[in-house]
Amino acid sequence: METFLHRIDEVGAQERVARLFSRSIKKESKINALRTILSMIDLTTLEGKDSPGKVKQLCYKAAHLHDQFPHLPTVAAICVYPTMVSAAKTALEGTGIKVASVATAFPSGMTSLEFKLEEVRMVVDAGADEVDMVISRGKFLRGEYQYVSDEIARVKEACGKSHLKVILETGELVTLDNVRFASEIAMEAGADFIKTSTGKVTPAATPPVVLVMLEAIRDYYKQTGKKIGMKPAGGISKAKLAVQYLVMVRETLGQDWLTADLFRFGASSLANDVLMQIVKQSTGVYQSANYFSID
Amino acid sequence: METTTNKSDLKTDWIYSPAPESTDHIRINQRYDLFINGEFLLPEKEKYFETINPANEKKLADVAEADQADVNTAVTAARKAYENVWSKMDPAERGKYIYRIARLIQERAREFAVIETMDGGKPIRESRDIDIPLVSAHFFYYAGWADKLEYAFPGKQARSIGVAGQIIPWNFPLLMAAWKLAPALATGNTVVLKPAETTPLTAMKLAEIIQEADLPPGVVNIINGDGKTGRALVEHPGIDKIAFTGSTEVGKLIMKTVAGTGKRYTLELGGKAANIIFEDAAIDQAVEGIIDGIFFNQGHVCCAGSRLFVQESVAETVISKLKNRMETLIVGDPLDKNTDIGAINSKMQLDKIKMYVDIGLNEGGTVYQSSCKLPEKGYWHAPTLFTDVSQSHRIVQEEIFGPVLAVQTFRTVDEVITKANNTPYGLSGGVWTDKGAKIFKVSKAIRAGVLWANTFNKFDPSSPFGGYKESGMGREGGLEGLQPYVNLV
Repeated sequence: METFLHRIDEVGAQERVARLFSRSIKKESKINALRTILSMIDLTTLEGKDSPGKVKQLCYKAAHLHDQFPHLPTVAAICVYPTMVSAAKTALEGTGIKVASVATAFPSGMTSLEFKLEEVRMVVDAGADEVDMVISRGKFLRGEYQYVSDEIARVKEACGKSHLKVILETGELVTLDNVRFASEIAMEAGADFIKTSTGKVTPAATPPVVLVMLEAIRDYYKQTGKKIGMKPAGGISKAKLAVQYLVMVRETLGQDWLTADLFRFGASSLANDVLMQIVKQSTGVYQSANYFSID
Repeated sequence: METTTNKSDLKTDWIYSPAPESTDHIRINQRYDLFINGEFLLPEKEKYFETINPANEKKLADVAEADQADVNTAVTAARKAYENVWSKMDPAERGKYIYRIARLIQERAREFAVIETMDGGKPIRESRDIDIPLVSAHFFYYAGWADKLEYAFPGKQARSIGVAGQIIPWNFPLLMAAWKLAPALATGNTVVLKPAETTPLTAMKLAEIIQEADLPPGVVNIINGDGKTGRALVEHPGIDKIAFTGSTEVGKLIMKTVAGTGKRYTLELGGKAANIIFEDAAIDQAVEGIIDGIFFNQGHVCCAGSRLFVQESVAETVISKLKNRMETLIVGDPLDKNTDIGAINSKMQLDKIKMYVDIGLNEGGTVYQSSCKLPEKGYWHAPTLFTDVSQSHRIVQEEIFGPVLAVQTFRTVDEVITKANNTPYGLSGGVWTDKGAKIFKVSKAIRAGVLWANTFNKFDPSSPFGGYKESGMGREGGLEGLQPYVNLV
């Protein structure tokens, strides 16, 4: 059992990222990667102006990414606000696509634990398969790690059978040392997934942050045998970057994690760029963005 | 609504497709002659030797072998160029030529990288991202000094020495040529350069660039051959200075040979560097540093971190992470952009590495090798580490010059400093800790030319490089790298 504190050297982490990202993914390995990426997407809409109608359209898109191109996978899940859960649940019935809901006063988490738990119970009752909670960054930065841990444990309890993704909001934790420590706290407290960001704070998922979280998952697995999932979210809109993240996962955690059960991309516009690349791989030319639906 | 495909159909054994660097644009002549006096000349005895690609054992070219008479011709040409042209040239003009060489190398960087990889076996990632960029950086750096020597040595006049005989190794062929040529030319000396016999090609390509740059004939002469040619060069009375990079054994021979002749010399020899991981280090980044320290260029690096010291409390974790990381190293076709570890430079070197692995096993060391599949043709060695070894083991004492790491643990700072210094070598070292004070304490106490803190294998033309003890004498790079090529009056 490791008893020492994990320190992260930022320069070293960046160098490792650069090395991983210089892998050259071509031909068949690229096509496999692109298809895998599609299957790992949590297609997301998290806006104040979201409507049941928009969610319904998104759900159709989730199951029919590009019907002109046969045998494509569906995305892994739809990620919405609590009030949109039931609309999504209805629209996705029979597709096998999961419904994920943000909760716990997303994105800031600035409310009492009682309200957060109530919100979690509400989305679970409405049918959310997955709950994306946010940690109390203020408490973490103040050093109240026990509070952060207890809160995650209580939320996990409230989730029942639904899967819990714990958003660290790494953009507010600032240092990689904090990212590593928060990852450890979240995993110990019961997270099924750890997730970088809400998408509402800049920077969102950065490559060094994702690397450090993957390394934390790897070390936790080595110690406990438990496989925790990872979800980078925010700012991943290009297929190339997504492929680079797959390389990072493969070489940090191994093949086992290259599945939607253990790795997700939280993204709204990534799917179309991946589709465009997939079509390009087969036709040799890029099609206009107008050929890909924007739902 | 129904799903089009079940996602469980997706392949999870995701392997990288081959991504070879193209060789279409590469031109390698069938035969390379001697580059003397600005021209390619036939060798006196018309003897040639083959240079092969160590990754597939295929012949790349025939290369002229220089004998005593050819060495004479080259030294005479260099002398003439020194007396008549180069030493008298306005320093700013000299600088222009060196800048031109730097630019031409930059322009043809991809070609140089591919040939370096084909002739030497190193991964294209390294020749493309490290070797060749550093080559042009060295020429750029020393080009800048050419007309500023009075600022390098305030209050003194820096006078050139004469004809330099330069003998370079096979591990960084073009980079070592650059390290030696650039300061010699900037200070007004002329050169006879002898590349290593297994890796002559990029130097011959450099000869083409030197022609293209219109460098006055005889300023740089490049001759090939093995140790005999090197010896003829060292013993030649027309040589004023010897610059050698290679084994400590040959370095000692050179010292004996030039003793009493008045020839100046610099030697950059072997190493057995300590790479020290303290318990308060950033462990994952330290593991990367260990990997880079020993497996960079298949371990054919004189400053390789070949002796690893890990503090006891983190040893188990570090070694376990290290083994995992070794599994992800891709060993294979050096031209593939995803290759981490390429081919061993020669059969001779491979035999030597294997011999040391056997010695380590016979001495009771515990070996671990990554499970990578090695290609059948060519010279290959899996990344290897030994535990259960001590300072008394030969694989801890002697330079293996291959991808073989010897791991020891330690408890206290003083213990590790003592052990780190317990070697006849002193070229480099690494210290990994989050504590600044510890970095200063340890790096001051270790007798080695370069100490890296929380990183490894960082090179820059402005930073001097060279050894203590049997790792050599003199420095290359930086302002200090000018000194071996000037007389200060």
